Amino acid sequence: MTHDHSHDGPNRRKVLECMTWAGTGVLWTIAGGVPTSLGIVDEAMAQAAGSLTFLQISDSHVGFDKPANPNAKGTLEEAIGKIKTLPVKPSFMIHTGDITHLSKEQEFDDAEKIISQSRLDVHYVPGEHDIVDPDIALYKERYGRGTKGSGWYSFDANGVHFIGLVNVANLKAGGLGSLGDEQLEWIEDDLKARSASQPVVVFAHIPLWTVYPEWGWGTDDSARALGYLKRFGSVTVLNGHIHQVMQKVEGNVTFHTARSTAFPQPAPGSAPSPGPMKVPEDKLRGMLGVASVTFKQNEQRLAIIDTPLQG
Amino acid sequence: MTKQFMLGLVALVLLAIPALADDIQVKIDNFTFNPPQVKVKAGTTVVWTNGDDIPHTVVSKTGAFRSKALDTDNTFSFTFTKPGNYIYFCSLHPHMTGTIVVEETTGDGAPK
Repeated sequence: MTHDHSHDGPNRRKVLECMTWAGTGVLWTIAGGVPTSLGIVDEAMAQAAGSLTFLQISDSHVGFDKPANPNAKGTLEEAIGKIKTLPVKPSFMIHTGDITHLSKEQEFDDAEKIISQSRLDVHYVPGEHDIVDPDIALYKERYGRGTKGSGWYSFDANGVHFIGLVNVANLKAGGLGSLGDEQLEWIEDDLKARSASQPVVVFAHIPLWTVYPEWGWGTDDSARALGYLKRFGSVTVLNGHIHQVMQKVEGNVTFHTARSTAFPQPAPGSAPSPGPMKVPEDKLRGMLGVASVTFKQNEQRLAIIDTPLQG
Repeated sequence: MTKQFMLGLVALVLLAIPALADDIQVKIDNFTFNPPQVKVKAGTTVVWTNGDDIPHTVVSKTGAFRSKALDTDNTFSFTFTKPGNYIYFCSLHPHMTGTIVVEETTGDGAPK
């Protein structure tokens, strides 16, 4: 019953696949923007064997204690608990920022204590909540080793090139997220010598596509970064910040945002502001969660499975 | 006579300052500064209060002032002594902007 990807249409090199666990156990695959039902979750898990699987968590906001979720630490613990029970151990985890709520030392310490229980290597990028001090001192002393500028870096895993970017520093009045010239030049340089057939995963806190500028959900100079990625056959952009799953496929690029582990935010324009959304207690865990991303060797496609804490 | 008059004038001016300098309140709600534009006399203190469940900052575009991150109900105040247009924003959510217009103190309280 395992779905064989090798017979999926002629232009599979360019087709990227996104799967969302809709809560009922059904997987949806979105290929070229057309959603089709694929199977049940266990099949996707079986496919994960023998390939690169990594996890994305985001927006844990350790220290948040407002009505939308008085215990953000508790729901992060639940998320890590779920990760520990995964049938296939992921290779590593990325955290797409807002680790803490107010960049406090205690919040960073608490986050570390909880996340380290996953026993996975974690690659971080900061959210605006992690660099409240203009010098970014607390974030950098914990996660800045081996990074450039305000904390960007790249690494390779199983033939996939990963680029962690910072688009929350030195923001300009009236603007959106920003990468800045220095980082953009570094991206150009980092990609220059690479083969266009190498899959690239870019991760950053604020979406690198314009989701909703009225709420600041976009990055002013992301088009330049995406320009450097144009020649690559498979590009996956993973973001957080908006505390909900959203995805878009544009040519060779798949954009995806992950859920928060702390609190949900409203759909674009559906509320007066993007602030924390209070939902009934029994609905909260259905709106929080983590994502897992799988690459199969020799196939330039990925599968993203968003798993809520409950549902 | 003249000297006494001058001293009296100075005293009047000094007395007048606190009256001119009533604090002006700016509320941060739903990711906006309310009101977004405020006109004040030089010497006025503006107090920002964050009513959101998300931290915000109050940062001058030119570096004239910069608050720490304001958690819910935290306040930041700044006294504007020099006339001018002060554009500010939230450095965490830069689409949030506001302006304080500071005018000379000449006028009502000053001797003609």
